[in-house]
Amino acid sequence: MKRLSRMALSSVGSKYIMALTGLGLMMFVLAHMSGNLLIYGGRDALNAYAHGLTEHPFLLWTARGGLLAVFLTHLFFALRTWQENQSARPIPYAHEATIQANWASRHMLLTGVVILLFVIYHLLHFTFGVVDADHFKRPLPDDPKQLDVAGMVIAGFGNPIVAVSYIVAQIFLGLHLWHGGSSFLQHLGLNGRGYDAAVNRVGAAVALVVVVGNCSIPLAITMGWVY
Amino acid sequence: MNFTLHIWRQKSPTDEGRTTTYDARDISPDMSFLEMLDVVNDELIEKGQEPIAFDSDCREGICGSCCLMINGIPHGPERGVATCQTYMRVFRDGQEIYIEPWRARAFPLLKDLIVDRGAFDRIVQAGGYVSVNTGGAQDGNCLPVAKTDAERAMDAAACIGCGACVAACKNASAMLFTAAKVSHLALLPQGQPERHARVRNMVEQMDREGFGNCTNYFECEAACPKEISVQFIAQLNREYLAACLEGEGEK
Amino acid sequence: MKLDPQIPSGPMAEKWDRHRFEMKLVNPANKRKFRILVVGTGLAGGSAAATLAELGYNVDCFCFQDSPRRAHSIAAQGGINSAKNYQNDGDSIRRLFYDTVKGGDFRSREANVYRLAQVSVNIIDQCVAQGVPFAREYGGQLFNRSFGGAQVSRTFYCRGQTGQQLLLGAYQAMSRQIQTGRIQMHPRTEMLDLVVVDGRARGIVVRDLVSGRIQSYSGDAVVLATGGYSPVFYLSTNAKGCNVTATFRAYKRGAAFANPCFTQIHPTCIPVTGDHQSKLTLMSESLRNDGRIWVPKDGGDRRAPGQIPEAERDYYLERKYPSFGNLAPRDIASRAAKEVCDEGRGVGDGGRGVYLDFADSIRRLGEHTIRERYGELFPMYQRITGEDGIQQPMRIYPAPHYTMGGLWVDYNLMSTVPGLFVVGEANFSDHGANRLGASALMQGLADGYFILPYTLSNYLASNKQTPAPVEGADFKRCEADVRARIDRLLFIKGKRSAQAIHRQAGRLMWDQCGMARSEQSLKKALNEIPAIREEFWKNVSVTGGGGELNQALEYAGRVADFLEFAELLCHDALDRDESCGAHFRIEHQMPDGEAKRNDEQYSYVSAWEYAGDDKAPILHKEPLVFEEVHPSVRSYK
Repeated sequence: MKRLSRMALSSVGSKYIMALTGLGLMMFVLAHMSGNLLIYGGRDALNAYAHGLTEHPFLLWTARGGLLAVFLTHLFFALRTWQENQSARPIPYAHEATIQANWASRHMLLTGVVILLFVIYHLLHFTFGVVDADHFKRPLPDDPKQLDVAGMVIAGFGNPIVAVSYIVAQIFLGLHLWHGGSSFLQHLGLNGRGYDAAVNRVGAAVALVVVVGNCSIPLAITMGWVY
Repeated sequence: MNFTLHIWRQKSPTDEGRTTTYDARDISPDMSFLEMLDVVNDELIEKGQEPIAFDSDCREGICGSCCLMINGIPHGPERGVATCQTYMRVFRDGQEIYIEPWRARAFPLLKDLIVDRGAFDRIVQAGGYVSVNTGGAQDGNCLPVAKTDAERAMDAAACIGCGACVAACKNASAMLFTAAKVSHLALLPQGQPERHARVRNMVEQMDREGFGNCTNYFECEAACPKEISVQFIAQLNREYLAACLEGEGEK
Repeated sequence: MKLDPQIPSGPMAEKWDRHRFEMKLVNPANKRKFRILVVGTGLAGGSAAATLAELGYNVDCFCFQDSPRRAHSIAAQGGINSAKNYQNDGDSIRRLFYDTVKGGDFRSREANVYRLAQVSVNIIDQCVAQGVPFAREYGGQLFNRSFGGAQVSRTFYCRGQTGQQLLLGAYQAMSRQIQTGRIQMHPRTEMLDLVVVDGRARGIVVRDLVSGRIQSYSGDAVVLATGGYSPVFYLSTNAKGCNVTATFRAYKRGAAFANPCFTQIHPTCIPVTGDHQSKLTLMSESLRNDGRIWVPKDGGDRRAPGQIPEAERDYYLERKYPSFGNLAPRDIASRAAKEVCDEGRGVGDGGRGVYLDFADSIRRLGEHTIRERYGELFPMYQRITGEDGIQQPMRIYPAPHYTMGGLWVDYNLMSTVPGLFVVGEANFSDHGANRLGASALMQGLADGYFILPYTLSNYLASNKQTPAPVEGADFKRCEADVRARIDRLLFIKGKRSAQAIHRQAGRLMWDQCGMARSEQSLKKALNEIPAIREEFWKNVSVTGGGGELNQALEYAGRVADFLEFAELLCHDALDRDESCGAHFRIEHQMPDGEAKRNDEQYSYVSAWEYAGDDKAPILHKEPLVFEEVHPSVRSYK
């Protein structure tokens, strides 16, 4: 145990934590997106999926708890790393320059913070119903026992400001995944001879899928393609 | 060619430094960057002013002494060269050039553009060697090494220890330096017995020195005068994970 | 002064074995009671420090660089020789011995060279065990190449960075001992004087280059591994920091300086482009394998090389030396280049250069093969000159490279001051009047790993010494001398930088005592050096103070020593009224321009004793006896 904690707190060990938690969160994002995309199969498809999730409250809350733990761990190590990095160069360069690092890699903290704020908003919006209480937990007209999740989503994105803010947040998430989606492979030592070019593309691919997939929903609703 | 130089001057570690501007006149494009500074220094000395202190020795890109941050890029704009191999013809006539020391907590400044890179030596002392005493080594050919492994070990071993990786890294991380030495020895049969202890001890020493973390900017690889690949950092990550899971050979 | 080379008796092949048995040992428990001071951390110093510490001695190790890994051994490109005979091409210890003695033009000590060839075999094993990534065959065996005109393939290498990798091997071995506490490492520390107590070397005075503090260290023996003195010519292939100070200070404290005039010129360097130049970059000699060397036949020809038709080119090496052609030995190729440039046929700005043309090889093998074969060299040439060596011929010119001369040592590597050992390029070494390619690394590591540790133990075991505390009068006197000299430098406050004066003196040495020397030119140099020295001590500008990091002061101190040493070098060159190896006196040449040795009168090592600042140095001669190899005329026709 002592060995593991010492390892986790070392500069290399904390990479694994960031990589593994990041990987977990990335899988969640992909799964979450896949679920959401069911909206294109009609209201019923999405509602059925949402209903399925709530059928096993124990599993659901365990998963939510785990997700929260992963999220907080990712957050904690990110902040710790950032703080250490800040103190590693107390005097900045008068003339800063960047040779090749892209914007996404240099602004992981910024994109991460935006994602954090978005997640809070998103939970308040669709999970706790604090933001848009009118459309939250309204039962389906034909089955009062089931909630109209699809209706809530469509109503929520009916507000163009909400739709735009979701789209912006997804772009930040995409930037975060663009770097993180490749980084985790390097961190876990899976980057090597011959396939480094492929590794670099993984992040970009994941980011593209997530941005396109997630942005399409508010966009489609705003444009009236889904109703 | 003429240049305006903005150079960091600092008399001692405790002195508060400042950027001072100098003019470099009638510079030949065939001069190396350090020769250009020699000219500026000669003029200063003849005027009785203190010359700009900077490290340099072999001036052919192998000793790793020279370490100037030129317009925010270690060793200047050209890729794959040390400061001493940067020639003035790569700059524009009349260009303003900012010259700064490596900036990192683990590289304390001694004077002007000179920093103390002793942290690198201590990282190697923590385990960057094969524990073999002189004498009694078996015949060199008793230890066959596949050509590809030998070449790859050489790719890593080419590191000149200049510190450009630390200077370039936005986090002032020494990961590339440490990875190069760890990989060099991990790729060879000679390095196997101490493989796990080595990586653990070297990483711990690196952390103690106060370098930053690696967040995959890959600026180090771009700034490295020997163009050492960040794939060696991936290898370091693998080595460290294996070492920690295995757990033997702890000090 | 008595020169006793201490060569063991017995047949040549058994001398070292026998001597090793006869030498006294230090009891393992007693080793930790001794303290050894090692100055310099190149191949010789680094390997010596590591090995001595492994044996159990306490070692204090000093270097002026910021890390022991930066010593100039790191710049050696080519490789390291060893008589392994892995290629089964007829190599043997005896052949390496013979080649080295012959290559040195019969001015080296046979017994030392034989021992060098013997231990060369162990060096490779040791380096492999340390993890030095030597070039390999596909089957995993060590790869060898032929180098510097040798007829066998005995050179081991790590790409073009052999010196770097071998040095890192020694540095890593040192690092391990630093970790155990056996080696106390003192980087950024420069030795400024040797302390002799009761006739024995017992300590050194150093300046901490960061704080400027003058400090003494006391030990039971002192090892100098401070390299060569090529920057006496100002421009050379050496590092900016290479200097003669440590060995010259030792000379002034009683160590004889041997053969200072044996300085090697490397034929393939990038020519000088202007006064600003601070060093010359060497390009591997292997380029001569595929490049043809030529100059225009007509001195006034200013056409671009491509415009000059074949018939108007002079491939002078091929013309003069038909069988070796462009691969003629270093000194011969260098002098031939100087000759054609002196005739006004040199190329490039200033006319100090000759063409090295790959056009024929490119036609024969294709551009790709040539670029691949020489890897880094073409990009390096382009970076420095701004020209592409494929599109047009490269321009090359010889430059001072290695110095065979150094402090005189006996078979045990001990100088004329008991307790002062000298290893690597700093001693007058095993290379005689000329060094073969890939032999410098071999000698440095042989001395440090396999010879000094034995002979030094023998010295410690044979001599009972009382402690010599740094508070003693001898130490205090040396410290006072060092301080006085620094104060004197700081007090001048003249108008010229040390670099400007160094450049002037170096130019004089290169012109009058460089590739070709004559009685007249040497007398001219001897006449002019004192004037430059006087100018230095009157008019040098050293800014800043003594108690701080002060590079101007460090440099000025080194230049001051070069200005005295230059005179010694010229005295030696004047005394040696013959041509041999790299020492070429134009009065003594064969009808075809080859060096003409005079074995009857000059078959000796010149060991110079310091007699005082205003007195001429005293020459002592160690006669060279050749039992195994009989001096013959070196012929590369």
